Amino acid sequence: MKYNEKKYDKVVKKHTPKNNCFVNSIYAFIFGGTICTIGEIIKNLFMNAGISSEEAGTIVLIILIGTSALLTGLGVYDKIGKVGGAGTIVPITGFANSVVAPALEFKTEGFVLGTAAKLFTIAGPVLVFGYCSSMIVGLLSLIIGG
Amino acid sequence: MKKIGKQTFLISSDVVIKDTFSIVGPKEGEGPLGNYFDMIIDDSSWGEKSWEKSEQKLQKKAVENLIKNNKIEPQEIDLILSGDLLNQIVSSSYAARDLSIPFIGIYGACSTMALTMGLASLLIDGGFASNIICVTSSHFCTAERQYRAPLEMGGQRPLSSQWTVTGSGAVLLSNHGNGPKIKNVTFGKIIDLGVSDVNNMGAAMAPAAADTIKQNLIDTMNLVEYNEIVTGDLGSIGKKISDEILQKEKINIDQRHKDCGMLIYDIEKQDVHAGGSGCGCSAVVFSSYYYKLLKEKKLRNLLFAATGALHSPTICQQGETIPGISHAVGISS
Repeated sequence: MKYNEKKYDKVVKKHTPKNNCFVNSIYAFIFGGTICTIGEIIKNLFMNAGISSEEAGTIVLIILIGTSALLTGLGVYDKIGKVGGAGTIVPITGFANSVVAPALEFKTEGFVLGTAAKLFTIAGPVLVFGYCSSMIVGLLSLIIGG
Repeated sequence: MKKIGKQTFLISSDVVIKDTFSIVGPKEGEGPLGNYFDMIIDDSSWGEKSWEKSEQKLQKKAVENLIKNNKIEPQEIDLILSGDLLNQIVSSSYAARDLSIPFIGIYGACSTMALTMGLASLLIDGGFASNIICVTSSHFCTAERQYRAPLEMGGQRPLSSQWTVTGSGAVLLSNHGNGPKIKNVTFGKIIDLGVSDVNNMGAAMAPAAADTIKQNLIDTMNLVEYNEIVTGDLGSIGKKISDEILQKEKINIDQRHKDCGMLIYDIEKQDVHAGGSGCGCSAVVFSSYYYKLLKEKKLRNLLFAATGALHSPTICQQGETIPGISHAVGISS
């Protein structure tokens, strides 16, 4: 074989098609923006009905998470995600999808060792880093005098 | 000595491919080779409670139908050589559980079909067996959950990724009868040129495919001229790379090189990115399309070089690269 790893890497790169970042970013912007706009509309509707901003925000989360879980179960969310990319992963709907998808997938291994044990295989790292960074920020604000 | 050249075994007695049977899932059935398959299931789960059970059923039914169509008794089969992609090759052993035929499970990842056919040829040529069934399977849904993400997870698959074929192909090899004959076997070396991208299997396997094809062509140079060389599941990227590697070695197979992963799907319309993959890919394409071409003598000499990536998700998460392998079987009509 006339290739070493470096030379071969160049050949691989030459033949491997690259994702179109620009087009993907536009799709992500449209899909992510739409999800967030829907959230804002729901929030405003509830606030107009006399519910406080904080409570309306909680209701928005419940509705978005519930809808995303339902769409995951119906096998629709992955199709939206295929086009939307980061736009459907980053908002809270993506987080719900990443919890419900393994829950469905591993139910064949039982409720405890399947669904429950695998529930956070994808979302787990998000929670870990979320908690860690909030603790660090909390400590810093305590020390610096927040 | 039955070994010729560096790596090839010459099969001197009759090793006949007596018959084949192929079962595929709905997506494969809709592909360009739809008319060639023996059976197309209309639902990937095939009435089973889990994807794993459905894959076992694919393999079991392929073997049962092969035995039934040839009107032979299971006792006449000396061995089943089979393999698949799942951990501990469970699809194969569970499929063989009720068959009551001596069983050897073999793991060669997606190269398994050529590997089992090669080993069976040596056993028959050596006089150790009269009839051997070689069978492999893969299932998109079992492969996704083992190697990648849950099915309903929303995300984008990279353009270099491939689509695991849902299907099983079974081949009956015998020391007598009519049909295409296996003439030589080349078992490949593991070659790893440092590809660590699990979404670019074609690139990981291409050097191994090129190496095995080159070695077979050198070893059999004065014996056979292949009309077609078909790789297992290099896909569109791996095929281009392997052709380029061989061209550098002054071996030009571009015109007669086909790839099962590119034949089984309509790459543009079926949204499979670089093409098909999995043990079932080369198995169903060989046992349907190519077997028919050989049997009807529309193709005289074929080199069937299935390709495999011998990694696991765990070892790749630990930073390891992907070792590739390819085994080739020379067949004449």
